[in-house]
Amino acid sequence: MDYRPEVINKLSEIYSGSHGTFLKNSPEIFNRHRETAYKEFLRLGIPDRKNEAYKYTNLEKSFGYPYQVYYSPVPQDFREAEKFHCEVEDLDVWNMVLLNGFFPRGEEGLVMLPGGIWVGSMKAAAKQFPGLVEKHYNKYVQGENDGLVPLNTAMASDGLFLYAPKNTAYTKPIQIVNLLHSDQDIFAQDRNLVVVEDRAQLSLLVCDHAISPQHFLTNTVTEVYVGQNSRFEIIRVQNQHNNSGKITHTFIHQERDSYASSNNITLHGGLVRNATWHMLNGENSETHSYGLYLADKQQHIANFVKVDHAAPNCNSTQLFKGVLDENSSGAFNGRIMVHKIAQGTNAYQSNNNILLSDAARMDTKPQLEIYADDVKCSHGATVGQLDNNALFYLRSRGIDAREAKLMLMFGFAHDVIKNIPIEALRERIDNLVQKRLRGELSRCASCAIQCN
Amino acid sequence: MKSEFLLQIKELKATIDNKEILKGLNLEVKPGEIHAIMGPNGSGKSTLANVLTGRDIATVTHGSVTFEGKDLLVMSPEERAREGIFLSFQYPIEIPGVSMVNFMKTAINEQRKHRGLEPLSASEFLRQMREKKELVEIDSALTNRSVNEGFSGGEKKKNEIFQMAMLEPRLALLDETDSGLDIDALRIVANGVNKIRRTDTSVIVITHYQRLLDYIVPDYVHVMYDGRIVRTAGPELALELEERGYDWIRKEADVNEETWTTDRK
Ligand SMILES: Nc1ncnc2c1ncn2[C@@H]1O[C@H](COP(=O)(O)OP(=O)(O)O)[C@@H](O)[C@H]1O
Ligand SMILES: [Mg+2]
Repeated sequence: MDYRPEVINKLSEIYSGSHGTFLKNSPEIFNRHRETAYKEFLRLGIPDRKNEAYKYTNLEKSFGYPYQVYYSPVPQDFREAEKFHCEVEDLDVWNMVLLNGFFPRGEEGLVMLPGGIWVGSMKAAAKQFPGLVEKHYNKYVQGENDGLVPLNTAMASDGLFLYAPKNTAYTKPIQIVNLLHSDQDIFAQDRNLVVVEDRAQLSLLVCDHAISPQHFLTNTVTEVYVGQNSRFEIIRVQNQHNNSGKITHTFIHQERDSYASSNNITLHGGLVRNATWHMLNGENSETHSYGLYLADKQQHIANFVKVDHAAPNCNSTQLFKGVLDENSSGAFNGRIMVHKIAQGTNAYQSNNNILLSDAARMDTKPQLEIYADDVKCSHGATVGQLDNNALFYLRSRGIDAREAKLMLMFGFAHDVIKNIPIEALRERIDNLVQKRLRGELSRCASCAIQCN
Repeated sequence: MKSEFLLQIKELKATIDNKEILKGLNLEVKPGEIHAIMGPNGSGKSTLANVLTGRDIATVTHGSVTFEGKDLLVMSPEERAREGIFLSFQYPIEIPGVSMVNFMKTAINEQRKHRGLEPLSASEFLRQMREKKELVEIDSALTNRSVNEGFSGGEKKKNEIFQMAMLEPRLALLDETDSGLDIDALRIVANGVNKIRRTDTSVIVITHYQRLLDYIVPDYVHVMYDGRIVRTAGPELALELEERGYDWIRKEADVNEETWTTDRK
């Protein structure tokens, strides 16, 4: 039976019923887009497997679950969040912890960091920089027929705002820790906007953790504008538990001579789907999409990537690697679209997977649409086991079979990790991935419950 | 009971995909001895090396192999390595993402653990790396890379000998380590092997060419043909093979085979 009509009904009730609260608690610009988005969501619904982009991803486990809270504009109890310590302690970053999508009390305002970069809530941003927010908000979303993007636009009430004005740069990465902690099952949606103006630089590290065992589902939309000659990096580290669902849609829009990279490191999560959209809108730009996913038990991890070459002489790479064990499954859907005007395009895509058990499953699908003729485009995908010859080579030097397997898996994963642009973080992720592959990773670092 | 032999192979038979490749091979190696095994392509030399190191490409169907009196065939590849067996691969494997440093550190410490020793300190490990690198004249930058990744043919072979130097085996099997090396590289590799050897280290050199044996002088030269050792003599045999090729060995072996089968009839 289709679970979706009931869920859509429920969401509709909440939407209509809480309308007043929505309007009161959100930036005006959010409200302006709600109604259209809501109608669009009703038209598209929750994607099912008939949707090409969700062909191998069944959302029922996450969306079919009866959450107790769908929309909670009330301030959160931050005591648990304050106890949280990021495992990556030695990392030199500017850091902020968000709880269930909300800012700590007293920090809803905008903060200006050294170098002239602004961080804070969308709510505050809409007041302080109304013109800027209006110019960029909801401008870069695509999603074709993905109803979850308009669902976010219809129902999100706040999110992160990051702004690097022209010619600004901050030497440290900005780390946002998204904590989920509650005694209730929550469906949360946050809406984020990053604006990197011409000749500016910004590096963003987003860590997603669930620190209580409740069922969580997050549907996150992040829009990023990367201006001329500017540089933007985003690294997501996802370490949630088996009861959590995490859906992200990241839209990176690039102007000429710009550089962007995205790194999705998924260590844990019941159901994870990261959609990363790269729009190369100005010539001479470069964009990179990297991903590493490690799955076991019943976990499902999907990555969807679309790179749009909409301007000449741009380079793009997609490099995604996964290790899947037990009954887990993964999906990779990588698209490259080369528009007619995008002569001199260089596009590369690769997806490699190791299955450690007979029950693990991986579906991988490249889709290329090329309308220009001066194009270099390559893609390749593999799904297989560890290389027996390599395994023997290590063992023949006295390394035991288990350790040799770990070394190979780790080497496989490092190919993605080595692209993380922040050295201290790269080392930590190397470390976390090693621990994860050894089965030693504390899944929820500061949580006494130790669920799963 | 301790055997006078380091390695003792008796009537060894092995198959690959149900095809018999080793057909009753005998070989005895005492500590400190150097044996050369020569023979035409496809006669089973690499298969022998694989069987001795525990690679599961071939299945042993008959015979025995003991190493210092212990049954080698029941040991895993890593156990054999820790007992002191080392193979310089005919075709070294590239392992992307695994750094040479991490590889060697892990290998050495696993072997030390087996002998009840503490892991090497970081500084001692680095000192040994440096020293052994100089020994085989290997480019310093290579050890900062992934195992064999992007190494040239010659660099891969030098890297095998470098690993041998780090691991100090009791028995080294060199499977065509000289193939594809120019004369300078050959000299470096051969000198490396000689410098690494302690007086009780045994070496089995599998080669097609006499020239390596000018540097690593064997006590015995064996000729392998069709899964067996068909002739054993001193170093002069290698010179004879260099001059006359293998055809006469083949003919002789085939005649013996015929006589042998006719006798049995
Ligand atoms: N992996 C393999 N699969 C199938 N046959 C093999 C394999 N390795 C070796 N053989 C076969 O075994 C025989 C001996 O090969 P090998 O031991 O490599 O000989 P050599 O090293 O003396 O040249 C050959 O006929 C070869 O085709
Ligand atoms: Mg061979």
